[in-house]
Amino acid sequence: MGWNLIRLWSILVYGFMFLPVAVVVLLSFNASEFGTFPMSGFSFRWFIELANNEAILRAFRTSIALGLMTAAISTTLGVLASLALVRYRVPGANMISTLLIAPILVPEVVLAVALLLFLNFLNINKSFVLLLAGHVIFTLPFVILVVQARLVSIRRDVEEAAMSLGASPVQTFFQVTLPLMLPAVLAGALFAFTISFDDITGTLFWKPGGVETVPTQIFAMLRNSISPEINALGTVMIMMTAGLPLIGMAVARQVARKRGE
Amino acid sequence: MSVEAREARQPWILLSPALTAVGLLLFVPLGFILVYSFWLRTATGADQVGFYLDNWRAALSDPFYRDILLNTLKIAAITTAICALMGYPAAYFIARSRGNKAVLLLLLMLPFWISYIIRTMSWINILGVSGALNSAMLWLGIIDTPIQMLYNEPSVILGLVHFLLPFMILNVFVSLDGIDTNLEAAANSLGATRWQAFLQVTLPLSLPGLAAGGLLCFVLGAGTYITPMVLGGPSDAMFANLVFEAIITQLNWPLGSALSLMLLAVLGALVLLYNRYLGMAQLMKGLG
Repeated sequence: MGWNLIRLWSILVYGFMFLPVAVVVLLSFNASEFGTFPMSGFSFRWFIELANNEAILRAFRTSIALGLMTAAISTTLGVLASLALVRYRVPGANMISTLLIAPILVPEVVLAVALLLFLNFLNINKSFVLLLAGHVIFTLPFVILVVQARLVSIRRDVEEAAMSLGASPVQTFFQVTLPLMLPAVLAGALFAFTISFDDITGTLFWKPGGVETVPTQIFAMLRNSISPEINALGTVMIMMTAGLPLIGMAVARQVARKRGE
Repeated sequence: MSVEAREARQPWILLSPALTAVGLLLFVPLGFILVYSFWLRTATGADQVGFYLDNWRAALSDPFYRDILLNTLKIAAITTAICALMGYPAAYFIARSRGNKAVLLLLLMLPFWISYIIRTMSWINILGVSGALNSAMLWLGIIDTPIQMLYNEPSVILGLVHFLLPFMILNVFVSLDGIDTNLEAAANSLGATRWQAFLQVTLPLSLPGLAAGGLLCFVLGAGTYITPMVLGGPSDAMFANLVFEAIITQLNWPLGSALSLMLLAVLGALVLLYNRYLGMAQLMKGLG
């Protein structure tokens, strides 16, 4: 009993989290026709087939375009709102914070249904616009949480110094505040992109017929059977969604270190 | 306009785009489906505007819906309990580890970032008829023919636990990490055993984190329809699957509205209850 048991338990928990992911990556290099064990050899053939699959490439383009636009809009809205909440004494700030994070307090299915039916009522049918609106509203709370948390640590006196030296508020924002905020802004944008890129719960409701994002494409492919191609696609997704934040963090650390020197 | 007035207006200008977005894309649509749920979808597929209670009567009194709602809450509760049992010791390990906490947390966040659909479907590779587990048992001679371990309630719960466990660990970690370790040492020096010190000092202080993690696991678990569709059988539909069916398959939007609001009422009540007693701040700590 005691520490060793807790350590063993934790290792098992980590194993539980990683094992299925590791199996996806392993099987994506399987040479066999079926996406199953036993493996019959190492091969890149499924990645090559992936690169030649027009439907999957289209899904990737859709997901990336959607993710970039979502990140741009969400981050803009989120940064402005965070600035107001951190920098000003706003009456009812707690209430406003709760309202702004409401989209993640409501179950995503309910959010998806409400938005779909309301926009349909306004004659905005299932379209890229609906998809984008949904992704923006769903990612906004995450951006606000991330940006707000980092904005708190930026000291106000640097801005006051710039202003007292004659900079206008706009100059101060673009030359002092924004560069200091940049890591927070990038973190928020990256977060929004990743969440948008991964989303399936809302997307299945909002996407127009014939349009697929990568997750809905995988979902559609699962209807048949699990093929090595799905595992290869999974491996690519794992590299993108886990690799991107890792690279982002490494870059942020590098920047921070340079600044520290 | 005075300087003060302009100063007071600035935050509202900054807030207005986000508030407008949330208002127009969340609150107004929620109000709309509340109205919509009293309309009627006729056989021709047109909506009859009015005040009809048919959808609500169906949603609230049909034993089919009631059973699935209860089953959904049961699945979410089991998932949450398993996440707590698996996650608490792991969070404790990370919080009290003398090693590199940042690396341990990062390792935990990695599967968190990996797409939900990928993590869900990855279990087919493990539990499927020709998956890793069957292959291993066949090879070891434990079984002669592969057994089907997928498409039942346990496989749905397994998928949910795998999806939600990081939320639990993260929240418990945040609250354990904020507890002064001297408190345990003090309890020990006053004669408590390590186990007593844990039960009477550390565990109670970490309950807010456990509650936050539990709330997230429960609400996210009870609101899913993808996991039952990928890992469940025909009889494992959860409440959100009914919503999906009504909206996407049957195109009965008024009924779908009523079902959505029912789910919102049940899960929203939990969130409000949590907010009443523990406050949103704890939840935000774990999310941020």
